[in-house]
Amino acid sequence: MSAVARTRLAIVATFMALLELLTRTGAISELVIIPPSAMATHLWTLLATGQLNAAMAQTFANIAIAFALSVTVGFVSGAAIHALPRLRRLLDPLLASYYAIPFFVFYPLLIALLGLNRWPLVAIGFVFGAAAMVIATLNGLDRVPRVLRKVAKVHRMSRREEVLRIVLPAAVPYLFTGLKLSLAYAFIGILAGEFILSGGGLGFSIAFSYDAFDNPTMYALMLFVLALAVALNSSLDWWEQRLMRRRGRA
Amino acid sequence: MSAGAGSVQPRFLRLADALLLLAAVVAIWQLVYAVAGEVAITPPLATLGFAAHLLGSPVFWRHLSATAIAFGASLAIASAAGVAAGLALGFHRFSGAVAEPILTALYSLPKVTLYPLVLLIFGLGISAKIAFGVMHGVIPVILFTMSAIKAIDPVHLKTARALNLTPVQTACTILAPAVAPEIFTGLRIGFSLTLLGVLIGEMFASQRGLGFMIINGINTHDVHTMMAVILLLTVFALSAGALLLALDRRLHHRA
Repeated sequence: MSAVARTRLAIVATFMALLELLTRTGAISELVIIPPSAMATHLWTLLATGQLNAAMAQTFANIAIAFALSVTVGFVSGAAIHALPRLRRLLDPLLASYYAIPFFVFYPLLIALLGLNRWPLVAIGFVFGAAAMVIATLNGLDRVPRVLRKVAKVHRMSRREEVLRIVLPAAVPYLFTGLKLSLAYAFIGILAGEFILSGGGLGFSIAFSYDAFDNPTMYALMLFVLALAVALNSSLDWWEQRLMRRRGRA
Repeated sequence: MSAGAGSVQPRFLRLADALLLLAAVVAIWQLVYAVAGEVAITPPLATLGFAAHLLGSPVFWRHLSATAIAFGASLAIASAAGVAAGLALGFHRFSGAVAEPILTALYSLPKVTLYPLVLLIFGLGISAKIAFGVMHGVIPVILFTMSAIKAIDPVHLKTARALNLTPVQTACTILAPAVAPEIFTGLRIGFSLTLLGVLIGEMFASQRGLGFMIINGINTHDVHTMMAVILLLTVFALSAGALLLALDRRLHHRA
């Protein structure tokens, strides 16, 4: 392990130990934060007794649907927008300031439109994630080196062959970034939606236990979401780096 | 994105494009209204009328000023703290390398789930909203400032040494112009995210602000208020975003 990684680990561990100490000695009241060890043990009980299963199933299904939708729709519309420069010029200002729109304010509207079920949530995750994929697709298609396009012409490739053998492989790193961002945004969108207005899922469980003054459950769930997000991100980062390395060697 | 296309394009064409986009949005809106009806959504013209009516009511201004104060304070704290931390982490390479993955992990976290923690620490009220806004906005500012410092061309610093500049002169004439565009991009993203954080804070466990107005609108089936506030907020966020983006591009082109 490098010195940087060791220091990072030490900082996180020290922070946890300090929190444990402050909460155990009562310097921070149990009503505000509970000791990390208590969070972990309570999370373990929740997981072992299966109390979380329903909420987890709901949340993960929503994230998966929103992610799949935003990647496919985002990629297809990204490719279409790239092929139509006129449309692209039209949409450019919207795409540029897309993430300045606070989409959560549309959530009530979506409930009214789609009903009080999973679809408003999926829609929030989708509008969050899809734009990242559109932008990444446009970026990737823009950055295909001109030389490679010429290679396609020299080899008299058909349009289909050019796309499959040249354009898509060249755009893969950008598309992967789009995938990563879409997943992160879908995750954020779904959990936030559940937290604010929905009646089910992990986000709702956190809000519910806050309202019920059930600190152990609330902190256990927060720890769970935190660990999940970190695990998801670091595995995608690892995968991306492997992809880049292989590309560098080829 | 086709950043370059904008500058060559004649102005009237750009204006036509903007109008076309606006017309498309209004058309889709009207279509949704036709499908969903009065219970869910109000039509564009009626919403605009009600928004104008809201702008004349003192209640709206009370909520608006609550949001504006919280947003202003969060933005000020997020910018100052973010730039300061980013400068420190950028100049001290080792701390920067240690902190960066932690920061990116925090950045991609669904921070809403941490809102109860903020509420327990800061209590109900404006300070929790401000803290939550800062939580959203500060990380991109730190990350962009850090990468701006790391991306300074070493030749520029060598030039400063060769010219025997004092540290203050170096900071003013070399460092500041070199890092300004990147830091501005960070502040622009911080602006949007801080607004998002404050609004989410108001939507949950708050009695004041525009976010509260929206949530209250849905809870009391006051579709008019909800739609009008959403419209006003979206217009504000989009125009502020577009303005900052235009400044951002100009700064980057000059550099």
